[in-house]
Amino acid sequence: MLDLSPAEWTAVLLSLRIALVATAFALPFGIAIGWLLARKEFWGKTLLDGLVYLPLVLPPVVTGYLLLISFGKKGPIGAFLADHFGIVFSFRWTGAALSCGIMGFPLMVRPIRLALEAIDRRLEEAAGTLGAGRFLVFLTITLPLALPGIIAGAVLCFARALGEFGATITFVSNIPGETQTISAAIYTLMQIPGGDAAAGRLVLFAIILALAALVVSEWFARRAGMRVQGN
Amino acid sequence: MEKELGTFKLAVRFEAAGGVTALFGPSGAGKTTIVNMIAGLLQPDRGSIVLGDKVLFDAAAGINVPPHRRHIGYVFQEDRLFPHLSVRQNLDYGRRMSGRPRDADDFARIVALLDIGHLLERRPRLLSGGERQRVAVGRALLMRPGLLLLDEPLASLDAGRKREILPYLVRLRDDARVPMVFVSHTAAELRRIATKVVRLDAGRVVAAGGLELLDRVDADALG
Repeated sequence: MLDLSPAEWTAVLLSLRIALVATAFALPFGIAIGWLLARKEFWGKTLLDGLVYLPLVLPPVVTGYLLLISFGKKGPIGAFLADHFGIVFSFRWTGAALSCGIMGFPLMVRPIRLALEAIDRRLEEAAGTLGAGRFLVFLTITLPLALPGIIAGAVLCFARALGEFGATITFVSNIPGETQTISAAIYTLMQIPGGDAAAGRLVLFAIILALAALVVSEWFARRAGMRVQGN
Repeated sequence: MEKELGTFKLAVRFEAAGGVTALFGPSGAGKTTIVNMIAGLLQPDRGSIVLGDKVLFDAAAGINVPPHRRHIGYVFQEDRLFPHLSVRQNLDYGRRMSGRPRDADDFARIVALLDIGHLLERRPRLLSGGERQRVAVGRALLMRPGLLLLDEPLASLDAGRKREILPYLVRLRDDARVPMVFVSHTAAELRRIATKVVRLDAGRVVAAGGLELLDRVDADALG
């Protein structure tokens, strides 16, 4: 049943790589934006808040289209990055990682923000009187105490990235070995007569991956939670 | 120094020498506000704060040293121990943040003084209130402060625990030789530990002097 063909393995490994890269790159931004939203009052905060959550409420195709016209080869940002840094997104797996990261971002920011809001600020004050500057306080007190929320956010983003379909296929198409993720591969197989068996295998694999991610994240979150509560 | 918080106005001037200076007065007199300003957690509107020959705050000169560079230990009303760190890591926090090398003698001396050697590997959550407060005192001492602020360190403890912890604080006064500012509204507890008393009421210094000020308050309260 789980005898995946080389082409199917490619799709599975590609999905994992895209989701991992998307989560890893989104995480520093997720922590920064979560911190801004939790701790700072500034002009345009409501706008930023809305912007972060936009991918959650927009049709994914719209997000994919917006990515295409801004990060595509002829898009202003895409052209700039390609000319100056040699970074190309369009029709590459990096583009898939970008769209997956953006789609997962709102799910990542929310738990991080909530965790940061829940921290007892008086502990940070105490750390300050003990000689820790603001950055050290953040590193040694804020970040460890927010760790359960950060893990939850990363896992949600990873799961979203693993299953992303609409924005990715709109932005970087469906190229086997480059941008064809599990979801895209299943979609393709379903268009082909007799592709059902292969699609079924991939579906089963997708379920296994999702369950494994859940178990691993639950384990991490429990460990981090115990640490924070001091057990 | 002066500070306005809403309708509450605070204007005080006092000096603390070596030994234990008690800030004494009823709730709402501004005691915690004063120590927060000394620690740098709250910024006065006007005035100045000087520790030894170091100006920590001067509104006119625009000087405001941030809390982490004031070298003032602060024992809060609630212990404020870091829940994700062990007792040992809590005690060691100030040293690590200042980048000083480990000093096993200093560590052992203060651990012995406060009798917390058996707690080192535990998490703060599993300690009793009195134990937690002793660790908080040790944590503040181990940063080698130029001044130690204690804001009602016994307030959250029941009578038995208070009796348990007071002797440690007296030992601290006699052995550690760190000047202390001790906030309290309980005359009995100050009589044991204070060497100088500053009496506060409604944001003003009513009187400053020796321990006899504590007696007069008892008389006031009775009469």
